[in-house]
Amino acid sequence: MEKPFAITLSVNSSLANHTGSWRVEKPEYVHRMPPCNNACPAGENIQNWLYIAEDGSYEAAWRALILENPFPAIMGRVCYHPCQSVCNRAELDEAVGINSVERFLGDHAIEKGWSIPPPTVESGFKVLVIGAGPAGLSAAYHLRSMGHSVTVRDATHAPGGMMRYGIPKYRLPREVLDAEINRIKDMGVQFEMNTRVDDVHEALNEGFSAVFLAIGAQLSKRAYIPASEAARILDAIKVLHDVEEGNQPLLGRKVVVYGGGNTAMDVARTAKRLGAEEAIIVYRRTRDKAPANDEEITEALEEGILVKWLSTVKHVDEKSMQIEKMALDADGYPQPTGEFETLEADSLILALGQEVDFSLLGNSADIDTKDGVMPVDSTMMTTHPGIFAGGDMIPAERTVTTGVGHGKKAARNIDAWLRKTVYEKIDNNDLVTYEQLNTWYYTDAPHIVRERLEATRRAKDFSEVVKGLDESNALYEARRCMSCGNCFECDNCFGVCPDNAIIKLGPGKGFEINLDYCKGCGICVSECPSSSIMMVPDK
Amino acid sequence: MSAAPIKFYQVGSFAIGNRLLSPEDRSIQSDPERTNALTSGHRACQGCGEALGARYALDAAMRATDDKIIAVNATGCLEVFSTPYPESSWRIAWLHSLFGNAPAVATGVAAALKAQGKSDIRVIGQGGDGATVDIGFGALSGMFERNDDVLYICYDNEAYMNTGVQRSGATPPAARTATTQAVGENPGNVFGQGKNLPRIAMAHEIPYVATATVADLRDLEAKVIKAMSFRGARYIHVLVPCPLGWGSESCDTIKIARLATQSGLFPVFEAESGEVTSSTPIRHRVKVEEYLKLQIRYSHLFSPNRRDDVIDLLQATADKNISRYNLIPDESGSI
Repeated sequence: MEKPFAITLSVNSSLANHTGSWRVEKPEYVHRMPPCNNACPAGENIQNWLYIAEDGSYEAAWRALILENPFPAIMGRVCYHPCQSVCNRAELDEAVGINSVERFLGDHAIEKGWSIPPPTVESGFKVLVIGAGPAGLSAAYHLRSMGHSVTVRDATHAPGGMMRYGIPKYRLPREVLDAEINRIKDMGVQFEMNTRVDDVHEALNEGFSAVFLAIGAQLSKRAYIPASEAARILDAIKVLHDVEEGNQPLLGRKVVVYGGGNTAMDVARTAKRLGAEEAIIVYRRTRDKAPANDEEITEALEEGILVKWLSTVKHVDEKSMQIEKMALDADGYPQPTGEFETLEADSLILALGQEVDFSLLGNSADIDTKDGVMPVDSTMMTTHPGIFAGGDMIPAERTVTTGVGHGKKAARNIDAWLRKTVYEKIDNNDLVTYEQLNTWYYTDAPHIVRERLEATRRAKDFSEVVKGLDESNALYEARRCMSCGNCFECDNCFGVCPDNAIIKLGPGKGFEINLDYCKGCGICVSECPSSSIMMVPDK
Repeated sequence: MSAAPIKFYQVGSFAIGNRLLSPEDRSIQSDPERTNALTSGHRACQGCGEALGARYALDAAMRATDDKIIAVNATGCLEVFSTPYPESSWRIAWLHSLFGNAPAVATGVAAALKAQGKSDIRVIGQGGDGATVDIGFGALSGMFERNDDVLYICYDNEAYMNTGVQRSGATPPAARTATTQAVGENPGNVFGQGKNLPRIAMAHEIPYVATATVADLRDLEAKVIKAMSFRGARYIHVLVPCPLGWGSESCDTIKIARLATQSGLFPVFEAESGEVTSSTPIRHRVKVEEYLKLQIRYSHLFSPNRRDDVIDLLQATADKNISRYNLIPDESGSI
């Protein structure tokens, strides 16, 4: 027998002694739900694409991302990133700038011209998508990926829905929007623009096996405001739509916007860019009660938009309007105070929320609507078999990302319905909390703040306000991810085992437990930074 | 990729390795081809800190010497759990003689190698705190004094664990052991006794003295590799928590070692020729209580009556270490 260096006597190795028999519990590698993924309305696997991006594999990361959401460059600009609000890293230093990395990947993909291949197998089913907004486009993309023949119909002349006709250019440049939509066109999705659908049932008779309704909520809510005949009152959605179409609305020098939502912020900032000297938002409640995203309020204020909180518009005249001050009662509801103020203004823009235009349903009274929206079941199907709905027209939060999520969910269920199966959602409720992480191993690294155009300069034109990250800081940001609940191959378990009972399988392959020797001490579990190993009863 | 080097922020250098680090920046333990000087199948308890510390240290010594090391082991847990006849967990040349003579035997092995002109083969003496601080102390002091070319590593679990948790000269004050029961007015081990062997080793003015724990692998590996760059007597004192003797959860071994360093109770430093040359700063300071309450050997400080007087004395020990070894650079001293 050949002996190791300086060994003269043959001894037996302790490898013959299988200490695994001591064990009552064993460690097991798990995939748990990171809070970001759990919060994403579009169901993105954020931890996963950040993990892939961390080593510079941007194309692979982008391809992983678009499995769930075809619009990373759009998301990176307009998503209100609920993922960041729940990021565990926020408790350590600051949340990971997920949104900025997403934008970097999206922009990088556009720059490199990465495309999405058409499906390799055609299913033979035809699906009609009504509405080319985020929900409709997302559904079309996913349905096409699954091999279905998809037609998108929309009454406007360019696809995008509220992404084009609601969100101003300074937040979402149209080249970005077009690039991401064109990718879906290139997959073979048919777009029939300038085509208003007046009867859903008629469409079903054209040979479509299923319909996805995503017409959005485009009717502006009205409030009764006494006004003189010469008063100029406009509606926010119409203003934003006209600006997009190149028809400058006449707003005057001083513009008052009534409402506290994102549309109110957008239209006030747009008015300023169109040359209004003053844009004043009037809202009946306080800033913390306003439905607008806080970042948007901040950006609006930075641009010199004035806001009158706790105020309502009582009467509108040609050159002025009367405002009543409000006060919050004990329950937090605004109540009139009887105190009035006169505001000089040339026009009033109403941004009081939107409603669904159900007129398109025509004679389809058999599809139920309730409280101004269309209820759907857990598969996104309306009360009419084969007709599904999503986006702003169903009861849910009205954001682009939510719409994209609806489109995906509907596509999966439409696919299952067409194939006469049931889409099985994988339930993973095992959410990783901050306390479950071993944060000792994470270095302190504050997040990067994206550069913005100077407020004074940006209110003059429609150039993009928030800048993107470059490659080096996008990579830094991606690497701040703590990989909650998913192994990122830090080798801790492999290193800390007193019994050498962890087998390292190599890059990308993770680890395995050698149960012959694992005594079940649990050190690997305690020292795992990301809570990706758990002790489970043995046998 | 841009030309500017991208710093690695996700886990810094605190984790054992990482897929994003270049191989030379990873720890020796992260290498799937690591030597495993102490291999599987040994009979150490679940969560044994000493088994971990010995593998960390000896794998690093093997890396530093191209695997040419001979280890002389004193009697103790490490010897008993690794070599019940006819099996051995050692994958290095390994020698055991008596409880008290490991340093002297190591001296002899070094002398024999010198006589044969085999300067490339290096000698390591190792043992627990009982063999080092108490029983083999005279032999160790002699080895230091003659500056024999041996690296002696003490795996300190703060009592005689193998024979049933009896007090040693390294047992900390207030700790309960089989021979310092938690009874009477001053329960547990007494204050004001025991030996601080790293400081005694420094007093011999040997080339290199260092302390380390199993909680900081990279630090331990770096110190072993540095020690192998010296000739003459060297000493490394490694804190290795013992779930059995300390009454801690087997999964908490590394956590407890980390708390020992972050509370200041176990200062991590290195010294050359009798002078401290560097210390590892505390990253997230904790009160000693955080460390104590995870261990049953200190449970009498918390129940049935909380002994703030004793806890304060232990906190004072930690605070003294913090100022003596400058463990919190520019600190004001308060938690």
